[in-house]
Amino acid sequence: MATTPASPTPSPPDQRPTTHSAAHDVEADLLVRLRQGDQAAFESIVNGWSPMLQRVARTYVSTDASAQEIVQETWLAVVRGLDRFEGRSSLKTWVFRILTNLGKTRGVRESRSVPWSSLSPVDSSGPTVDPRRFRGPEDEWPNHWTPVGSPRPWEPSPEDVTVAGEIRREVARALKGLPERQRTVVALRDVHGMSSDEVCDAFTISAANQRVLLHRGRARLREALENYYHGPSPRMSV
Amino acid sequence: MTDRSQPGLRIDCADLVELVTEYLEGALDEPTAAEIEAHLALCPECDTYVAQMRETIQVLGHVPVESLSDEAVAEIMSAFRDFKGLKTPPA
Repeated sequence: MATTPASPTPSPPDQRPTTHSAAHDVEADLLVRLRQGDQAAFESIVNGWSPMLQRVARTYVSTDASAQEIVQETWLAVVRGLDRFEGRSSLKTWVFRILTNLGKTRGVRESRSVPWSSLSPVDSSGPTVDPRRFRGPEDEWPNHWTPVGSPRPWEPSPEDVTVAGEIRREVARALKGLPERQRTVVALRDVHGMSSDEVCDAFTISAANQRVLLHRGRARLREALENYYHGPSPRMSV
Repeated sequence: MTDRSQPGLRIDCADLVELVTEYLEGALDEPTAAEIEAHLALCPECDTYVAQMRETIQVLGHVPVESLSDEAVAEIMSAFRDFKGLKTPPA
């Protein structure tokens, strides 16, 4: 994994009721440490969450530098607000809310707002696989792969040491080329390891729309890898 | 002859490729998920397609991430110490 959410191993000070989940205990313990001024605990969440925060911040502003400023402002607001945080949401959710509020303010100033509530045509229309790769309605097996359209296995595997570095660069490049919302959702889910709930919450989008963005983005990246292995499909140019 | 009411043949490959994310996310109802599994057992092409989606996700987990600069982190840590009334640790 490129990043792992920073969660220091808890050492529960007392016996908690067994109805509390382990995650709840980790969270409560982290909060206690932060309030006590535990620098290692704070640094671990700053390092662990900032890449995701930066990714979200970048959707509100037009430069990486501005996004970085928003992330920094967010952490300063977290420092000031920790003692007032009431724990009605998870700490991470609270931190992301601070960020999105700051981002929205900045985005308005930059006249750049990205409405996420509805899907744009680029994110929602058409199939993700070229329809010419499937058999036509007159075929005995309509909508099944044609012989030339069939996906062929990737060899060596993308994890093979002889290709892994180049493959990662290829995917990173293709990721940058995705439409913004697809790029953001795929990155948060698959690069940063955020959960679907966390991503929906950060952008106030439905689980269904989140999945559409994830699906379209992943399908394009798979296609980019396919092109890397087998070349852009000349067989489709008929 | 082939029986298209057989499990795994009720779904077309062209439909399956659009359901793959919902399938991997566990968002499908049980009968549809079972149908996809039956199809994958019968259709090596779709099986390859789904395997490649998984491989793509796997690669994404290794893509390098951009983070804050060391200076920015140092500034945030310094704010944390100030707010908590802590001393700067020896270098």
